[in-house]
Amino acid sequence: MKFLSALNMSGGYGGADIIHDCGITVEKGEIAVVVGPNGAGKSTAMKAVFGMLDLHQGTVVLDGEDITSMAPQQRVAIGMGFVPQNRNVFVSLTVQENLEMGAYICDYDITENIEQVFDLFPILKEKRDQPAGELSGGQRQQVAVGRALMTKPKLLMLDEPTAGVSPIVMDELFDRILEIAKTGIAILMVEQNARQALEIADHGFVLVQGCNRFTDTGQALLADPEVRRSFLGG
Amino acid sequence: MTDVLNALVLITNFVIVPATAYGAQLALGALGVTLIFGILRFANFAHGELMAFGAMVTILCTWLLQSMGIGIAPLPTALLALPFGILAAIAMALVTDRTVYRFYRVKRADPIILAIVSVGVMFVMGGLIRFIIGPNDQSFADGARFLIRAGEFKQMTGLSEGLAIKQSQLLTVVIAVMVVAALFWFLQKTRSGKAMRAYSDNEDLALLSGIDPDRVVMITWIITATLATIAGALYGLDKTFKPFIYMQLLLPVFASAIVGGVGQPVGAILGGFVIAFSEVTITYAYKKFITYLAPESWAPEGLVQLLSTDYKFAVSFIILVAVLLIRPTGIIRGNVI
Amino acid sequence: MTRQGAFYFAIMALLLVAVGIGQSWNVALGILNLCLISAIMSLGVNIQWGYAGLFNVGIMGFAALGGLTAVLVSMPPITEAWAVGGKGIGAALLSLLATITAIVLVRRYVPDYLRFWVTVITVILGFFLIRSLLDPAVESIESVNPAHTGYLGGMGLPILFSWVLGGLVAAGAAWLIGKIALGLRSDYLAIATLGISEIIIAIVKYEEWLSRGVKNVTGLPRPVPYEIELIGSDWFIGLTGWLGVEVAASASILVKLCYAALFLVVLAIIMWFSERALKSPWGRMMRAIRDNREAASAMGKDVTWRHLQIFVLGCAVCGIAGAMLTTLDGQLTPSGYIPLRYTFLIWVMVIIGGSGNNWGAVLGGFVIWFLWIEAEPLGNWLMQAITLYMGEGNWLKQHLIASAAYTRLILMGGILLVVMRFSPRGLIPER
Repeated sequence: MKFLSALNMSGGYGGADIIHDCGITVEKGEIAVVVGPNGAGKSTAMKAVFGMLDLHQGTVVLDGEDITSMAPQQRVAIGMGFVPQNRNVFVSLTVQENLEMGAYICDYDITENIEQVFDLFPILKEKRDQPAGELSGGQRQQVAVGRALMTKPKLLMLDEPTAGVSPIVMDELFDRILEIAKTGIAILMVEQNARQALEIADHGFVLVQGCNRFTDTGQALLADPEVRRSFLGG
Repeated sequence: MTDVLNALVLITNFVIVPATAYGAQLALGALGVTLIFGILRFANFAHGELMAFGAMVTILCTWLLQSMGIGIAPLPTALLALPFGILAAIAMALVTDRTVYRFYRVKRADPIILAIVSVGVMFVMGGLIRFIIGPNDQSFADGARFLIRAGEFKQMTGLSEGLAIKQSQLLTVVIAVMVVAALFWFLQKTRSGKAMRAYSDNEDLALLSGIDPDRVVMITWIITATLATIAGALYGLDKTFKPFIYMQLLLPVFASAIVGGVGQPVGAILGGFVIAFSEVTITYAYKKFITYLAPESWAPEGLVQLLSTDYKFAVSFIILVAVLLIRPTGIIRGNVI
Repeated sequence: MTRQGAFYFAIMALLLVAVGIGQSWNVALGILNLCLISAIMSLGVNIQWGYAGLFNVGIMGFAALGGLTAVLVSMPPITEAWAVGGKGIGAALLSLLATITAIVLVRRYVPDYLRFWVTVITVILGFFLIRSLLDPAVESIESVNPAHTGYLGGMGLPILFSWVLGGLVAAGAAWLIGKIALGLRSDYLAIATLGISEIIIAIVKYEEWLSRGVKNVTGLPRPVPYEIELIGSDWFIGLTGWLGVEVAASASILVKLCYAALFLVVLAIIMWFSERALKSPWGRMMRAIRDNREAASAMGKDVTWRHLQIFVLGCAVCGIAGAMLTTLDGQLTPSGYIPLRYTFLIWVMVIIGGSGNNWGAVLGGFVIWFLWIEAEPLGNWLMQAITLYMGEGNWLKQHLIASAAYTRLILMGGILLVVMRFSPRGLIPER
């Protein structure tokens, strides 16, 4: 049984179902990437794993524990971290304060957590007293990821982390994500930049119209001619 | 030389001192309004009545203490009664939130609906206050009235212009400074304060971070009610308590909050002083002032008053409307409209 | 109108009849007349809120403009005042226009970085210019027989003209205000309109050369007969004798009935136009814009222009009602315009009656005004009942009875809160 097993998920936002019998799994220290065309339901699937969607079918199991009925805040408490795509930092709070808010539910001393985040993202240490809204797009993403890491999650989920950033920043972010995975954290990522994401992925899930279309290792998907033709531009 | 000094004393006595005290009162009121704007996200039309309510309970307790012979002369007894007024206002605010506002907040109703509902609360509170204490002027001040009297000043300095500083004016400024400092310490240095700022900044992310919205709302009302009571009681001590006046104060208070930048505490304070000083300087008759400073032949005939004192309240509205039209985010960029 | 709506109106009529029988027909008719005016104001507000979702809290200012127009139309001109001050006022007005034109030109042609400061300088210069022309004129006008006049007077036309003219004046002011304020979010619009109406009322209150300010203008000419004339006329004495009713009271009743008839005609006209507009394609488009502003905007509808139309129309109606109110009172009392109290009362009328529905707004006008007036004797009665067993000199009893008047504030607020919570669509909901 994988560390995260989200299987047979079907649900939507109240009207028609967006994802149908969808399955996503991740192992500890692994990077799993969910890709697919626009409207395929990638973000929806991730929100379902996080508990922000009403599933009328399916289960989500984390580390052996069935969490299908848990609220998102509870899932954070048991070791899930979530980085939303938009509005993922407190723009009027400083970098330091953003991190402190990330660890809001921790009742222990979080100085060590903050230091770890600063080790991972050194530029944030430099700008620790600057309001997050004044940082560049890439730096803001680092704050967003750092914020989610503050609770020392066992599973980190990122919703399109490289949306709207330049290629250099994207490379840097992916480097960091690789480093985070090396520390043993399971990473689940939804991405629009399919090729680059699959390059660092251990496993890839290609979703089309809410269903799993292709599931394989990252390298295998990159090499697969059908996948390349449909989503990677040949 | 003495003419310049006289002119300075004149301006200080009739403009700077009153405007500073008034500005501090408006700032405290505006801070409450801006917190509600920023965190609960609606225009609370009942804020003036909340100020009146807190002031009313303070007055009633003051009378009680005075009748029992308890006092802290030379300071006004009202200061002793103030904590009770604050507690009563907090209770009123929390009850109102639980019975009225919470329903719409949970429904995520449009801010205009909350504003309309707050008007209903305004009516009820206003009626209640008049029912309890009546609509007339009430006095409750005691203790030393003046820090320094005009006559004493003239004797001390030998100038022809006197400077009088009322104890209530000094108290207003001192208490306001203390309260504001405490508020900023709370917002900047404590975990709860930061959580409130986070909630105001990005509600969804705050909820995601595990911040308890009910607690944030409760703390907001507690702080707002405290600020409102202090502002209302100080205003009543300094000028006069009359229920109607607090309904009138609502607009300068709103103006201060909006001019300074909605949802920005520093803005509310700035706004309070901008409005207060504008009101006083625009309606002051500068005739005597100019007479002191200018040569004989330039002595003005008329009062040299930009706008008559009748228009005192209109000044804050004019500034408010101007700000809303020219720079709606306010001096310190607040929530965009 | 639905069966249910007709039922509510029937109940309202019964209540008024009950007051007529229980208290007096004079009182009942007095209430009816004010109900009619409230209904018209409520219609004006509903046009803005129900059609376009505009929360205009400044309606008292427009009513004040209507009342001022009634004075300016119907009172005879004070020729002496015109002689000494007319030119000055005229010059000041021209300067005002010149300043405004200058500001508009500055904002259009001066480059960005200078614009703010040049505007400020223009405003300041214009202000001093206007004051230098205005102040001496005002002083001379106000010194002309200050006890009786001390102002410019009016045009000496029949007062009924002012009902139309009042609407036009209010419309003009609304156009100006709407042009600058309508882009604001709804609760900021509320605050801005409240502020503007306070400014308008301050002007009506303090510019004595225009309106006599707090000295009031009394003895406005009437569109209906005077009671004294009736009591003295033979046909009336004969009529009352034949009916077997008292002359003096009947005269008063007849006058009120005349007013009621006039008001009803105006209400009917406005109602007819409003209903036609609501059901027309124009009305449907308005409500589409109200319900989904972004979508309508994307479809190419000029939302701001539409909102301006509604704002002007709604405020014009309020202006007409203001003129009617001053006509009924026979005098202009600027200190009686208390925005916070009466504006919110009208809003309660719209919400209780059913926002978005014209019949609802009219019903709300009747119901709430009736409650507001009757709440005072009811409150007194309630307090008497509660304190029945208390001794005469009892402090609590005296306090409760003296405070009875404030129960109606609590009542109004309570009604608003209850309706907003449990029946937000009102008595006669929008279809």
